Amino acid sequence: MFEFKLPDLGEGIAEGEILKWYVQEGQKIVEDEPLMDVETDKAAVTIPSPKGGTIAAHKGKVGDIVNVGDVVVVIDDGTGEAAAVEEAAAEKTFAAPDTPEPATVPEAVVPAAMPGVRRPVPAAPATRRLARELKVDINLVTATGPGGRVIPEDVHRFADQGLAPISAAGSPDHVAAKKVQGDKAFAEFAAHASATIPFLEIEPLPDFSADGPVEIEALRSIRRKVARKMVTSMSLVPHVAHMDDADVTELDKFRVREKEKRAGGAGGKLTLLAFVIKAITAGLKAAPAFNASLDPFREEIIYKKYYNIGFAADTGRGLVVPVVKDTNNKSIVQIADEIFAKATLAREGKLPPEDMRGGTFTITNVGPLGGTALLPTINYPEVAILGMGKVQEKPVVRNGEIVIRKILPLTLAFDHRIADGADAARFVAELVRQLSDPNLLLLET
Amino acid sequence: MVMGSLREETQVVVIGSGPGGYVAALRLADLGKEVLLVEKRERPGGTCLLEGCIPSKTLIHAVEVQEAAKRASQFGLTFKGLEVDPAKLRAWTDEVVAGLSNGIKALLKRRGVTVVQGHARFDSPTSVSVEGGEVSGIDFEQAIIATGSSLNRLPDGIVASVWSSADALKLPRIPESLLVVGGGYIGLEMGLVYQGLGSEVSVVEFFPRLLMGADFDLVDIMVGQVSERLHEIMLDARVKSIAETGGDANNGFDVEIETGGQVVSKHYDQVLVAIGRRPNTDGIGLENTRVAVDDKGFIITNELCRTGEPNIYAIGDAATGPMLAHKASREGKVAAEAIYGGEVAFDNRAIPAVVFTDPEIAWTGLTEREATEQGIEVNIGRFPLSALGRARTLGRTDGMVKVIADPRGGLVLGVGIVGPMASELIAEGTLAIEMGATLEDIMVTIHPHPTLSEAFLEAAEVAAGEAVHVNPPRKVR
Repeated sequence: MFEFKLPDLGEGIAEGEILKWYVQEGQKIVEDEPLMDVETDKAAVTIPSPKGGTIAAHKGKVGDIVNVGDVVVVIDDGTGEAAAVEEAAAEKTFAAPDTPEPATVPEAVVPAAMPGVRRPVPAAPATRRLARELKVDINLVTATGPGGRVIPEDVHRFADQGLAPISAAGSPDHVAAKKVQGDKAFAEFAAHASATIPFLEIEPLPDFSADGPVEIEALRSIRRKVARKMVTSMSLVPHVAHMDDADVTELDKFRVREKEKRAGGAGGKLTLLAFVIKAITAGLKAAPAFNASLDPFREEIIYKKYYNIGFAADTGRGLVVPVVKDTNNKSIVQIADEIFAKATLAREGKLPPEDMRGGTFTITNVGPLGGTALLPTINYPEVAILGMGKVQEKPVVRNGEIVIRKILPLTLAFDHRIADGADAARFVAELVRQLSDPNLLLLET
Repeated sequence: MVMGSLREETQVVVIGSGPGGYVAALRLADLGKEVLLVEKRERPGGTCLLEGCIPSKTLIHAVEVQEAAKRASQFGLTFKGLEVDPAKLRAWTDEVVAGLSNGIKALLKRRGVTVVQGHARFDSPTSVSVEGGEVSGIDFEQAIIATGSSLNRLPDGIVASVWSSADALKLPRIPESLLVVGGGYIGLEMGLVYQGLGSEVSVVEFFPRLLMGADFDLVDIMVGQVSERLHEIMLDARVKSIAETGGDANNGFDVEIETGGQVVSKHYDQVLVAIGRRPNTDGIGLENTRVAVDDKGFIITNELCRTGEPNIYAIGDAATGPMLAHKASREGKVAAEAIYGGEVAFDNRAIPAVVFTDPEIAWTGLTEREATEQGIEVNIGRFPLSALGRARTLGRTDGMVKVIADPRGGLVLGVGIVGPMASELIAEGTLAIEMGATLEDIMVTIHPHPTLSEAFLEAAEVAAGEAVHVNPPRKVR
């Protein structure tokens, strides 16, 4: 039997939600074939099976949250008669009929992502006993002692983070625990917040089910991440919005013509967004404040000398921001292709975490879905975000005459700590100018 | 009371009162368990106390005092008329053993542990029958098997009048010439005892080296000293036959030894066979339980010392792992606490091994050979006792301390020592490994001067490349 633990999925990711099992209990799986999909704060990832064999047991069902280091699946790897017998003997020795199951540390299971044999983690005997008492697998604890030694504090921290095994999600215990946890979190927050913010009055939410039927869904994964990001951004950043209209009549003609020419090949998915990203990149070069970040604790402004433009993508499983990197070194056609490829992956939940990080500026393009104006929230810790409204044919005045032109409403929301209204006006005016004539984009970017 | 008519009932039965069994029984009693201890011998203590560690170390010490007295001539101390009185030495050894065995008896009595004499055999996973004592059987909830090990005998056809190490420990006589069959630690220790008492001692070993388990660099230093005291060391050699000369052991033994394809015939006054030990797991009724043994007869256990039968535990020589008293004692405590329900595990990182040759050899944790065989990258620091003040004052520079460390982070992985008091000094190395100490931890710990313990610090400095008392390695260009 092989116990597979949820491997480290990347920086800071401690848990994930099981989205899908590719292979059911009792079925066979081949090594390296897809085992399960897990969705984390950042993205959904497909985890391949580290071993071939028969799935003996899933240790969670779709929708359950599993922690990194938890056993997620038991695979009967059938490594020959001898091994199977020995394994059975070992299991037999652990099964006490009348005493509680001892805290057995399963044989060091090496997840696929971490090849190589692992030596026992250095720790003093008393620390090892502490880990056993707290039901913590000491091999998973992050060591802070010299020489990579696990010290008692490390074990306590691991246990306090709730990274130790907890009862399965969805069980009655879990629901009860959740309510207690929720009530406790509210009480702590209410006490703290009302002491900090004058006039703030915060009460527990009413029982909505008293007024009609409700359905309760856990706040998870991407939804929870978005909630955190938005509250953080709106709380920390003084937002100001600057709006303008861009006349994209000529640009759109050019775009449609080129797109048709390129159908099926590079640039075949040429979108307005690709042009806007190129124009924004030029604008950021001219106005570095909008490609910066502010560190309020060190009192420093960090100007980034690279241009990674994120675009908000509605994936059906939540908001994701794929990042197109080094846009200053890419052509509009390359950018368009990359947008299409990354948006497709994001919709399928397969965009790797590294393609969602490192952004310096974000664009949100809700236009195709409608809307004449919007007030976007900055993707903290960036400094600005551009909102694109719906491109519409509108009567406008040109040279004293009313003509029909294609108009793109734009909103730049920016961090007033770093930039002022005049900066934003200049930045947006330049953007509008660039988008008014495709030749300018050709000449100037 | 009719012999063998009484049936007992208890919570825990411990079979065997060696350093594993009696420690487990005491710990269980302290944890509030009702314990019965079954012992087939008349006295508690097991092989270690009655015919192993304790009597052999008593004899070895006596011989070492004599050796030290001889060696003292180099600094101007000459002893005249140094004599050995074997009868008095025998009596002294018996006294030491009896004192300790009585001590165990007293400890067991004070804890309320009932000792039952006899040979226990499992009838079922919850009962044993007992032969050879008042009690006929015991029903129990849990059992600890601590039945120890027995000496390996030479194959059939070889006469019985040769000595085992247990025979030799009784000092039946001091033969003029003695052949020791087996160059392991028991053979070497006993060979040196008899050499010290006046015998001309030869050693024959099947393998190409003495003490196959230890790192060669340690063994070589020891052999360099010991070979001066031994008449002959035959390596890669096999004993073909042993026969009593003229059919009478009083005439000595004719031994045929095959080495390098040639058979030589030699005559010895006495032959001592020391060719290892095997676990006592036959004839104790394991077939009536789900207790599983490996191909060498050792009981397979998990980290709680639990066997394939969930209520039966096994510890010491009868269970897998090195056959060492201190390993048995630790396992005894683990098994006792596991039965009590404590969060416990035999998760020790280092089990020290000690050989009481002169000089002594001791090692703990990873050996250099294991590191090489397993492809583990290590830094090794060696410090010769010739560079140590205290070793010079003792006139004992025949030794070395070796520290094996992880190149990344400097974690101490293994320690090897050859030299006087190696058996004492190794404890610090074992503690370092258990605690996850790094070379730096050793280096910044103040070691008393002038002592042999400083060699550990010095070797750690060598391993870390920061030694002040050795010349820096020549720079290679």
